[in-house]
Amino acid sequence: MSSIFNLLEEKPVNNLSIYFTAGFPELEDTAKVIQELSNAAVDFIEVGLPYSDPLADGPTIQKSSQKALQNGMNLDVVFDQLLEIKATNNTPLVLMGYLNQLLKYGEEKFCQKVVDCGIDTLILPDLPMVEYENHYQSLFNSYGLNNVFLITPQTSIERILKIDSYTQSFIYMVASSSITGAKGEISEEQLAYFKRIKSMNLKSKLIIGFGISDHQTFSKACEYGNGAIIGSAFIESLEKNGVEKTNTFVKSVLN
Amino acid sequence: MKSKFHPDKSGYFGQFGGAFVPELLFPNVKELEDNYIQIIESEEFQQEYKDLLKEYVGRPSPLYLAKRLSEKYGAYIYLKREDLNHTGAHKINNTIGQVLIAKKLGKTKIIAETGAGQHGVATATVCALMGLDCTVFMGEKDIVRQAPNVARMKMLGATIVPATSGSKTLKDATNEAIRYWIQHPETFYMIGSVVGPHPHPDMVARLQAVISEEIQWQLKEKTGKTTPDTIIACVGGGSNAAGAFYHFMDDENVELIAVEAAGLGVYSGESAATSQLGEVGIIHGSKTILMQDEYGQIKEPYSISAGLDYPGVGPLHAFLYESKRAAFMNATDREALDAAYELTKLEGIIPALETAHALAVLPKLTLKKNQVVVINLSGRGDKDLETFIKHLE
Repeated sequence: MSSIFNLLEEKPVNNLSIYFTAGFPELEDTAKVIQELSNAAVDFIEVGLPYSDPLADGPTIQKSSQKALQNGMNLDVVFDQLLEIKATNNTPLVLMGYLNQLLKYGEEKFCQKVVDCGIDTLILPDLPMVEYENHYQSLFNSYGLNNVFLITPQTSIERILKIDSYTQSFIYMVASSSITGAKGEISEEQLAYFKRIKSMNLKSKLIIGFGISDHQTFSKACEYGNGAIIGSAFIESLEKNGVEKTNTFVKSVLN
Repeated sequence: MKSKFHPDKSGYFGQFGGAFVPELLFPNVKELEDNYIQIIESEEFQQEYKDLLKEYVGRPSPLYLAKRLSEKYGAYIYLKREDLNHTGAHKINNTIGQVLIAKKLGKTKIIAETGAGQHGVATATVCALMGLDCTVFMGEKDIVRQAPNVARMKMLGATIVPATSGSKTLKDATNEAIRYWIQHPETFYMIGSVVGPHPHPDMVARLQAVISEEIQWQLKEKTGKTTPDTIIACVGGGSNAAGAFYHFMDDENVELIAVEAAGLGVYSGESAATSQLGEVGIIHGSKTILMQDEYGQIKEPYSISAGLDYPGVGPLHAFLYESKRAAFMNATDREALDAAYELTKLEGIIPALETAHALAVLPKLTLKKNQVVVINLSGRGDKDLETFIKHLE
């Protein structure tokens, strides 16, 4: 089982995960942001590998990715940065990227680098289940890596049960039919979906993301899941207030 | 008809294809996958599709023996006149078919991406015809360089959404359409080429296959044989080429030539010749050949023609390329322009800039005297007049 699995076993409630784009706002900010988030007692951190064509991401993360790429971010740089902080960082990291990055970099080389950085959990939103079953499951297993699956309001029960059986870290419960981005409120329809999934009593822990942005949406999500992920709202804060205000942002969510 | 150039049940052509979509899109893609073949093969669909193609689109499109062009190049050159279709290109074959599929699936809202605007116009047209809601995503850059088509789409009642991300062209319009689709799973994504996640490449190829089906019997009438020696078509995503090649792919005696846009030169850094510059990668939910950097970031292609500047190519074409079943050639901006001027002067036909790339390889081929060559004249050049006038000298 993964580092995140152990974390969620120890603390099954109110977990806060923050997503940020590596190399944003500045190329050298990756380590700084991770340090600040750790100091602010975030439970685990999602490190986004900036991609040119992020299909599942809204405008905020798209823009931050474009900026990071302009800053000169690439997989070699980010792996170097993560390797450097490995010894001092105590907060578990999850990598999020798109499958083409792994494909082009070399699947084996990519997996080895991830392991070298002390990371064991990946989120690849465009990796479909059938490709996972046919190829990536055995590849990831051989490196001790595990893949986080997404479920949505449209995911069938049969599919959710399969995902539950594959999960070694947590299920990423997408809060609505949407791409990433701050939305403001959680609707009745979403609550009904949260309740439906919660009542399935899955063995895996549920972390809710997409559209979670502040204290209100975070607390609501935590009633139904084991925690929640905030991305775009934090990116906006980074852009507006700088890395130094990370603690203020996290406090405003946890409150 | 079983062919090694049809996808397997997971949507793969050799190593290319598949459906690399986020979980959010899985139900949409699955719904289409479960139904498209059954719908297309149903008698009811075939009847409606054929009626509309005949009465509304104006098919069959003529297979015209271009005498003066033939004389110049020393072969029998036939032009498959897709430019004479309603809306001026082959794109309408696909949208007529897809709108019928959308209706069978009970969808009332249609979205589409467009580059040159031809697919956008073809989509807006069938939506007007069927009284459906239509939203077209188009790169901000393309909106400027294809203004007449933007005006046509608006007149047809479509909402145009500018894609402002990335290179602001076809690739980004497709990204935006897919993102919108994720957020509005009730919509039907009417994709314009043989690209995207399975079953889109296969569905679009089947709907464009009417082109090669007609070529077969038209050639038989004119030459006594159902097959040509050579077929030439331009390739961006590859829908007109897929349609022109379709019924001939298994017949190794028919030479297939796909022509990509080389922009300012294949290796100039300003090109869209994907097969020459690309490597295996994933774009818009499909594993194919893709222009990308060493870290898998997708590169921005360039061509004078908005319909060809796509950094990938449909998975069928990637397979035709890798298996060497089709020859991949290319033409620069200048060569395409010259070919367009030549066809206009010799035959009185102004081709689309995209199509002009296919014509531009004629001087590069060694043709035999009795060789029967079919060029898919995929679209007409009205939309490109401004560019043609600008480069006339």
